[in-house]
Amino acid sequence: MFPRPIEQTRPLTQRLYTIALPVALILWLFPLLGVAVTSLRPASDLAQGNYFGVPSYIAFENYVSVFRDSDLGRYMLNSLKVTIPTVIGAVALSCLTGFALGIYKFRSNLLVFFLFVAGNFVPFQILMVPVRDLTLNLGMYNSWTGLAMFHIAFQTGFCTLFMRNFIKALPFELIEAARVEGVSEIRIFWYVVLPLMKPAIAALSVLIFTFIWNDFFWATVLTTTKETQPITAGLSSLNGQWVAAWHLVSAGSILAALPPVLMFFLMQKHFIAGLTLGAVK
Amino acid sequence: MSSYWKRNQLRIAPWLFLAPGAIMFLVYVIMPVFQSLSLSFYDWDGLGTKTYIGTANYVELMDDDAFYTSLKNNVIWLVLYLLAVPAGLFIAIFLNQTVRGIRIYKSLFFFPFVISQVVVGLMFSWFYAPNFGLFYKVIEFVTGNGVAILADERYVTYGIIAAGLWPQIAYVMILYITGLNNIAPDQVEAARLDGAKGLKMLWYVILPQLRPATFIALVVTVIGALRSFDLVSIMTDGGPYGSSRVLSFYMYEKALSEYGFRMGYGAAIAVVLFAIMMVFISGFIWKMWRDETER
Amino acid sequence: MTYLKTGAVAFAAALLMSGSAFAQTRALSYNADFDPTPLAAFQALIADFEAENPDIKVTLNNFDHEGYKTAIRNFLTADSPDLANWYAGNRMAPFVTSGQFQDVSDVWTENGLDDQLASAKASMTIDGKQWGVPYTYYQWGIYYNKDAYKAAGVEVPTTWDGFVENCAKFQAAGIDCLTTGSKALWPIAGIFDYLNMRTNGYEFHMDLTAGKVAWTDDKVKATFAEWAKVVPFTTENHAAIDWQDAAALLVQGKAANYVMGNFAVATFKEGGMTNDNLGFMVFPEITAGLPRAEEAPTDTIHIPAGAKNVADAKKFLAFVARADVQTKLNSALGQLPTNKGATVDAADPFISAGFESLSSAYALAQFFDRDAPAEMAKAGMEGFQEFMVKPDRLDAILERLEKARGQIYK
Repeated sequence: MFPRPIEQTRPLTQRLYTIALPVALILWLFPLLGVAVTSLRPASDLAQGNYFGVPSYIAFENYVSVFRDSDLGRYMLNSLKVTIPTVIGAVALSCLTGFALGIYKFRSNLLVFFLFVAGNFVPFQILMVPVRDLTLNLGMYNSWTGLAMFHIAFQTGFCTLFMRNFIKALPFELIEAARVEGVSEIRIFWYVVLPLMKPAIAALSVLIFTFIWNDFFWATVLTTTKETQPITAGLSSLNGQWVAAWHLVSAGSILAALPPVLMFFLMQKHFIAGLTLGAVK
Repeated sequence: MSSYWKRNQLRIAPWLFLAPGAIMFLVYVIMPVFQSLSLSFYDWDGLGTKTYIGTANYVELMDDDAFYTSLKNNVIWLVLYLLAVPAGLFIAIFLNQTVRGIRIYKSLFFFPFVISQVVVGLMFSWFYAPNFGLFYKVIEFVTGNGVAILADERYVTYGIIAAGLWPQIAYVMILYITGLNNIAPDQVEAARLDGAKGLKMLWYVILPQLRPATFIALVVTVIGALRSFDLVSIMTDGGPYGSSRVLSFYMYEKALSEYGFRMGYGAAIAVVLFAIMMVFISGFIWKMWRDETER
Repeated sequence: MTYLKTGAVAFAAALLMSGSAFAQTRALSYNADFDPTPLAAFQALIADFEAENPDIKVTLNNFDHEGYKTAIRNFLTADSPDLANWYAGNRMAPFVTSGQFQDVSDVWTENGLDDQLASAKASMTIDGKQWGVPYTYYQWGIYYNKDAYKAAGVEVPTTWDGFVENCAKFQAAGIDCLTTGSKALWPIAGIFDYLNMRTNGYEFHMDLTAGKVAWTDDKVKATFAEWAKVVPFTTENHAAIDWQDAAALLVQGKAANYVMGNFAVATFKEGGMTNDNLGFMVFPEITAGLPRAEEAPTDTIHIPAGAKNVADAKKFLAFVARADVQTKLNSALGQLPTNKGATVDAADPFISAGFESLSSAYALAQFFDRDAPAEMAKAGMEGFQEFMVKPDRLDAILERLEKARGQIYK
């Protein structure tokens, strides 16, 4: 394997490596560590200018205050209201489209496929005005439905790419066998292919959850009030409210980042599988 | 009816399955691209009537200083963001050992990608803040005079790019870690027996096998560089006096922010951004097409 | 069973009767974007209005402050309320010209507002007609730290030259003469507005913001020349900090003067300043003899064109303009009543000073980002920020602003 396995090197190199690892990690996560410490620093410390020293005490009340005195909890609830339907919708639609593009041979197969792929790469700004207009006309402006509808449609691009590649890698004999037995296509989809797609569904769900939870642009464009704004847009306006209250900004940021992080740590395998499909041939 | 279905289902079925997803995609992604293109030839403030003005928006754009600043910044973003690829490769190689707990290290190194860019932006804003930001203090300690990165037109774009590179390197790293896991061990052994090591091994044996990973890494890095809205919005709002603007942010400023409701003009900016990205997207699609048809 | 039946019939009859009694109550819907304190004040005002007019019920729909600025563009076209909050001056112009606000000049004439709200009338007038009613404004001026003045051994200046002389002494004492936080851009527009009005007069400032004067005009350069005198003594990294960060500097005595609005007093006091060490002064005179104009951003209520209950909406506007109503409202808001017949809390030195300053002012500007159209305001404020960081770029900045003027005011 590459590079040379560390066990085969001189003991000194091994030692250096064992020290280098944690040091590198701390340097890498430095901004995060700094913010985490600041989130537990009491406001009095900041007022007196104690930004870097040991906090005078661990101020868990910052977290309580963030929930109690601001709308952070509501923003997070709004994020859930947008993210979960999107995950369900996008994954469901892409199971269908991935199946269509992966199993069937028809002339425009590759064209449709690449349309989905290309559409996934377009800059959001080219979509901004028409989508905003459409959402307004549908009466879904400033609601979780409007945001979810857009995300479901847009993420279908990425998800179709994912599912189609996954399905292509499945053993085709299963489908041929079912067809020979006269099973209808719809039943083939539901009973033969779908159960095999479970790992892909898990991976995609985790990824889409993260992408949608962390989306900022569309949250800002399509929602405007605290009743509907997800945590990303909400954190931005709270930041305006908490100017110079870095302990609150830090606590809010940590809380906002938590759900995808938890999801990541719990479902690592799926997460990484989702991102790296295609990185390996 | 059902016998028609039975006879033709192989032909009809794909379209049936495609329909829901394709319709959503058409309505929300494909059509809006053309609608924006069309809108760029009008003058509209989102409220009143649309007035057709032909290419007037583009003519104005050619003379717009802020547009050129944004363009310049986009180029800087593109070039510097590509650093994420070798950086990610380097960290992936660094972590490609089987010591105890390496899995936790890999997860933790990947961490920054899972965080929202809004949070990343806030973290780095705190880091750079004058008078108490850690970065400011370090510069003050070393040079005697603190530099407020986000307030200095010379450095602000670089400061924001640094913030963006943090999660981007993590993303590339994971791609390469997976890629490295799939390197053929026999090729490596054979090369080692031939006496190859270090950089030679990397260049001649490892990198060729990592081509798929490198391709994806380049794609996501280029797309990420040109998309950089979130960080600019959170960290500087385009400032100081517009020097950190990028096209994605400038478009939003002109079309939707408090100080501008010129949707037509914003659409024109978006079209320019789209055209730039299409150059890269076409390149990527072409390569993927070739790979697909080779199969 | 029969009891139930008769009971049901009686109940239904009672419902029908109360229904018709309800039908006589008229409804007013009112959209606004109040922060918590103003919201409470307005809810009290609405209760008073309903007490005087028992047959009218007002429903207040309160929006988030930032979201309201985009929401108003939607609800003025679809589903208008009867009343809506907004701002005066150029800020209301787009809605007036597109016909989305109603002409309420009759409310002004019928209730004597032309006289009682005289200082604010100009900012509510377009084309000779009034388009809304102002209910509150607040003063801008220079807030200073008396302890910082003592530490540097200077006196409160009475002229601009005195102010500039003091700056050198502040610098010697290691204190910023002037502080501001320009990250959000608008705070420094206040400095520009005052420098321009004091150097060239109110009419010139209004002409400039209305796009009638070139930015490359010598008079504009004169304003910037005055500004250049204090730029070296202004907080260094102002472009990276917000106004609250700068307020902290004033509180800590690291800065001596701050051109700000009266809403900042709450922040100063939260930081620990008191009436003893926080001072307020009107911006000093620069060009001798110019009538004194002040900055006084005004909040207003309008009737949208699509309003359903216009008659009662006008009643509400007349109510809000009344002196006694304004006294009560503004004491809760902590701001100044626009009706010169109203009274203010004599114990609050800042409110009293503000009321005096504004009631006797020659004219009132609405703040740069309300007097100038939105796009020009943004370009202008960016220019101000660039000037403060790079004063030697003034000519290039002014040319750029002049180019923008050509494109924006068409």
